[in-house]
Amino acid sequence: MNFVILRKFRVAISLISFAVLSLVFLDIQHLLPAWLQKDIALTQFIPSFLSLTAALTFAGISFILFITLALFFGRVYCSTLCPLGILQDIISKISKKIKKRFRFSFSEEIKLLRYGFLIGAVLLFIFGNIFGLLLLDPYSNFGRIISAFINPLFTGINNVSAFTLEKFDQYWLKPIEFKAVGYFTIFFSWFVLFLILYLSANRGRLFCNTVCLVGTFLGFISKVSLFKIKVDESNCSTCGVCEGVCKSECIDSKNGIIDYSRCVNCLNCFTVCPSNAVVYRRENKIEPAATDETKRNFIAGSILFFAGTKAALYAQDSLKVLRKTSIPELKLFPVSPPGSNSIVEFNDKCTACTLCVTACPTKVLQPSFLEFGFTSMLQPRMDYHISFCNYECIVCTEVCPTGALNPVKLEDKKLTQLGKAKLIKENCIVFKDKTMCAACSEHCPTKAVHTVPYEKNLLAPEIDEKICIGCGACEFACPTKPYKSIYVEGNLVHRKADKPKSEKQEIDIDYKEDFPF
Amino acid sequence: MKRRDFIKRSFGAGFAVSVGAGAIGNYGSLLASQILPPQNYDLAAVKGGEPAKMFDLAIDAFGGMKKYVAKNQTVVVKPNIGWDVKPEGAANTNPKLVTRIIEHCFEAGAKDVYVFDHTCDNWQSCYSNSGIEKAVKDAGGKMVPGNSESYYHEIDISGGKKLVKSKVHELILESDVFINVPVLKHHSGARLTIAMKNLMGIVWDRGYWHSNDLDQCIADFPFGIKPDLNIVDAYQVLTKRGPRGVTVDDVVPYKSLLISKDIVAVDAAASKIFGHEPDDIGYIRIADSMKLGTKDLSKLSIKRIIV
Repeated sequence: MNFVILRKFRVAISLISFAVLSLVFLDIQHLLPAWLQKDIALTQFIPSFLSLTAALTFAGISFILFITLALFFGRVYCSTLCPLGILQDIISKISKKIKKRFRFSFSEEIKLLRYGFLIGAVLLFIFGNIFGLLLLDPYSNFGRIISAFINPLFTGINNVSAFTLEKFDQYWLKPIEFKAVGYFTIFFSWFVLFLILYLSANRGRLFCNTVCLVGTFLGFISKVSLFKIKVDESNCSTCGVCEGVCKSECIDSKNGIIDYSRCVNCLNCFTVCPSNAVVYRRENKIEPAATDETKRNFIAGSILFFAGTKAALYAQDSLKVLRKTSIPELKLFPVSPPGSNSIVEFNDKCTACTLCVTACPTKVLQPSFLEFGFTSMLQPRMDYHISFCNYECIVCTEVCPTGALNPVKLEDKKLTQLGKAKLIKENCIVFKDKTMCAACSEHCPTKAVHTVPYEKNLLAPEIDEKICIGCGACEFACPTKPYKSIYVEGNLVHRKADKPKSEKQEIDIDYKEDFPF
Repeated sequence: MKRRDFIKRSFGAGFAVSVGAGAIGNYGSLLASQILPPQNYDLAAVKGGEPAKMFDLAIDAFGGMKKYVAKNQTVVVKPNIGWDVKPEGAANTNPKLVTRIIEHCFEAGAKDVYVFDHTCDNWQSCYSNSGIEKAVKDAGGKMVPGNSESYYHEIDISGGKKLVKSKVHELILESDVFINVPVLKHHSGARLTIAMKNLMGIVWDRGYWHSNDLDQCIADFPFGIKPDLNIVDAYQVLTKRGPRGVTVDDVVPYKSLLISKDIVAVDAAASKIFGHEPDDIGYIRIADSMKLGTKDLSKLSIKRIIV
């Protein structure tokens, strides 16, 4: 077998995966259909595992494929399909170019962290908490990194181009509205990105072999996989070239030992061996991994931290208002997205990959800070200060790859009550300033928020909660600052709203009759 | 801003020339022979026809589009595209009317015709689901985004009481001719939305209007920017639960159309068609008292056409 070609093939596939997965999170113009975005996300381990309901679904086929691949060849997934892994390979490659004579060398695995993270996350998951997966899933981390950094960059380039074209009377490129991204999301993604930059530049795939859940899990399977990389001792001159190119630091060339649980099947060692001593071979016997007494300390672990201020989320405030409102909107619950059924179910299933955040055309979906609680940080919520949910849209429910948002029909979504509008009369322009406004009822798609005569010639807002679906159009449109006069209180469990009444009007128009003026 | 100032200044001169040139209109269609002799009507009202046909009749009564658009001028047509609602919902201006207006502009020799709105719902959904994007492209016009603050530039509104400054879309400032094409609808706040209210879609910060006496701000704004022509679409009319509407049952086919240069008069006439007295509508009453235009239709020369 020609391993040089096989390796090139591996690199080609990995770059394609990387590009495609990145593209899904960079589709700022919403050109990709939702089902395609979802299916692309389902080529990832954790989403396919979480959506696993039957073997014959796309998720099921993906998942079975990952396990089968690992049973036959080891962690092929890690070096061909995982975008976070490939990102690390790219960084390693660049780092090696800069450092010139850089060589990897064999190191022991950091068992405590490696298995600690996996066991911790699995235990939490068994008890119904997804926090471990949310923090450690490579796909979700990749999604967050791309949407926090590269996506705004793309949006910026897009907008600069759009405004440049506009000077030449060209309006076909559509500018994208910048909506505030929470500082906490950026901060968290920076942390992961820096960790990955540092580790991959110096230690190759150390992140995958210490922090990553999928890596550790597939590592177990790799230990017993059918085909394995072997060093043919009769040909090996123990020159150590293979060890120098092994980004998993799992080849101990002196002792001729390979730690299969950490090998990601990058095939680099095959291509560099001067005596063709590295071979792929069917293996029945499990090699005992060498153990070392000295355990290294891994300082840059994923330690949880608290940071960010909620107030900073709403920094954009260009509106001058004569009167400042005094009563804060005291929300008991945040609003969970359509298709999530209830806050609890949503919190149990979302890994905060932010695919829905990218796909949402109105950008009402924003990663949360602590609104859902500590272990649900970063899971998206409906942020009605940023935007509101489009009545005619169900894109988030169509792209979600983890089953946190279930597909719903548009007509059902239009009757799903995510929360209920509440009015603060003390803040409201009509009640307080005695001038017309009605921005809330103007935007309401069901007319749950409507207006009724009030004092002299005024029309004041009134809410019919039974037909309110909690889309947040009223809250977004309300112009009072700093506190809104109308807001949506989230429903812990989504309810079915009543259908707005509809009666044919008995108005006969005589088209031959003269005008009333 | 120099470029814009220059354009604004040259706009006045160019318009005067164009009106002069277009005065001897030779719009010789068959219909015109019934409607002529041309008289300087203040308002034309048409009833009972299809949107495109009604507009043909109304503009002919006004001496044809050449009176408003001269050769090689740029035109901006501003329909109401505020909502992600299909044409039958009547929340947005009728796309067939928009197409016909653009066709007239090109027939008059317009170089470019632009269409935009600062929408309330997601703008791309509004543009496509209202049917207006397609209508504009079919007629050869350009659909322009209105979703970014960088398109909007501040102007002074001398004569405004509450609204003295506003950021206005650059197309309005740069184009030679501005045609306002509202749809007549019920409105839960302003009671009715017609021509004056439709101008909220050419400014950036609507929240300021809402929080600083909406009726007064609506009446103030035309002191800064006045459309060259107002065309009110009252073909399908949302009579309740406006301005968005909930179901098609909220819509009644009035099959009417109004045009006028006087934005107050056209609003007054439209409110009468809807069944309201102009005085019931706060901003019409205020605009009339500020002498922006007249709500008293008895003083106007009106062309009435029943199809």
